[in-house]
Amino acid sequence: MIGRMSIRKLNFAKTGDDAEDAADTGYRLKRDMPLVPASSIAGRALVTVIAIMTFLASLTAGAAMLISESSQDWQQSVSREMTIQVRPIVGRDLEAETAKAVEIAQGTPGIAEVRAYTKAESEALLQPWLGSGLDLSELPVPRLIVLKLSSGTQLDTEGLRQTLADKVAGAMLDDHRLWLSRLAVMGRTVVFMAVMIFVLVLVAMMLAVGFATRGAMAGNREIIEVLHFVGAADQFISRQFQNHFLRLGLRGGMIGGGGAILVFVILGRLSSLWRVTPGGEEVEALFGSFGLELKGYFLIALAAAGIAITTGIVSRIIVFRHLRRLS
Amino acid sequence: MVRFENVGLRYGMGAEILKDISFSIERQTFQFLTGPSGAGKTTLLRLILLSLRPTRGLINLFGHDAAKLDKDTITGLRRRVGVVFQDFRLLDHLTTYENVALPLRVQGREEATYRAEVIELLRWVGLGDRMHALPAVLSGGEKQRAAIARALIVRPELLLADEPTGNVDPTLARRLLRLFTELHKSGTSVVIATHDLTLMDQFEGARRLVLGDSRLHIYE
Repeated sequence: MIGRMSIRKLNFAKTGDDAEDAADTGYRLKRDMPLVPASSIAGRALVTVIAIMTFLASLTAGAAMLISESSQDWQQSVSREMTIQVRPIVGRDLEAETAKAVEIAQGTPGIAEVRAYTKAESEALLQPWLGSGLDLSELPVPRLIVLKLSSGTQLDTEGLRQTLADKVAGAMLDDHRLWLSRLAVMGRTVVFMAVMIFVLVLVAMMLAVGFATRGAMAGNREIIEVLHFVGAADQFISRQFQNHFLRLGLRGGMIGGGGAILVFVILGRLSSLWRVTPGGEEVEALFGSFGLELKGYFLIALAAAGIAITTGIVSRIIVFRHLRRLS
Repeated sequence: MVRFENVGLRYGMGAEILKDISFSIERQTFQFLTGPSGAGKTTLLRLILLSLRPTRGLINLFGHDAAKLDKDTITGLRRRVGVVFQDFRLLDHLTTYENVALPLRVQGREEATYRAEVIELLRWVGLGDRMHALPAVLSGGEKQRAAIARALIVRPELLLADEPTGNVDPTLARRLLRLFTELHKSGTSVVIATHDLTLMDQFEGARRLVLGDSRLHIYE
């Protein structure tokens, strides 16, 4: 063993005793630098790839969330309403039949509000298709009765349908089931596609990280060899690479996720301006207000962090396997 | 400490570059490993360091049969050996201080626990005022001393030095040899691979392991 005495005995330095350590000089001693060099062209390229992937994944996730939330809103509002349509039948008084249907609906438990459209209101509904200024008095325009359901009591839909069929001529109850099922299918399809795109982006990113890790290992082969010779365990070496790629992943994730959050914030602001334009209502009907809730932003941040962590883990696994093969 | 029995090594289907190598290195001994360039000195050192596996024969390091070692044990054994490479193998992006501290850092030790020790060793080898410098700005001799300090920082039981005086002037070479003899006196077994006869003549009592024609000849 080298004792302190023997170290002091041999003054090897020409200027050794004059040398001042970090504390003496106030020179900040550089230490614990990453063992895998932090900056390289390949590293910067990987940060760009991760940033783009995270941006695309976050946009996909955010758009899916917007559509899913809008779809749920539509479903909730549509499912709280039903419509009775009373068709004009020759020899029957449409007004009387409508009044009868209103009476039946008002007497049915589970219905909170009944509103019958007047003749003029019913005709106004045809205006977008037929244009204005037409005399519709000769047309057999059906009358609509909108039922708002109460939240507390369960409505016997089939019972109401049967009663209307028995007592009101030309009455038909529409519970919007077809629309609801179509909306549900559309919502689920959009979310499924978003998940698929997210998974594909994640797989593509993991492959990119894999290639980058192998490239980094080839580029740092000498460092790995020296680390082995000075007694570094495989776990230590793979942890160095994991930390290196985790840092790159975090940087890429922050840029990509931050960019996506910025896009949603800007779109949210713009959509409030679009709302007053003619097309704005349709866009808002489809996507809502375009603004994500706090939960949405949190999920994007979580996705970016997840991508960074995945980057670190993937590189660690690859390095560890590579080192095992070396032995 | 180190025992080789009929060790042979060949790369692929080529001829054996080392044949029937048998020797042992005992505790607190000093030996030169010599031979012409390309004789296999570096290869033999790599075999001792367990970074190469022999094609045949038995290698025993610190009482362990090298053929039966797992990676963790190999790592543990390497921590008992200091190595000075012919081409220094300093990490270019780390300062002299960080390079010398590397063997302690890979053991998971906190920087504060070894800072004073590393600074003292750097002063001892004459690099006290170069601890912030990157290898790119060090001279050949400074790199050599940094590489030696890195090998010594773990206070190894066995020191392997590959051409440690190959890049320095004769004065510095003599200083380095004094350094190795001090180490030897303090209990470390030293193996210096060199073809510098002048260097070997300065240490008459040392055993000489001479490689030639792929075989090892020992002169006590």
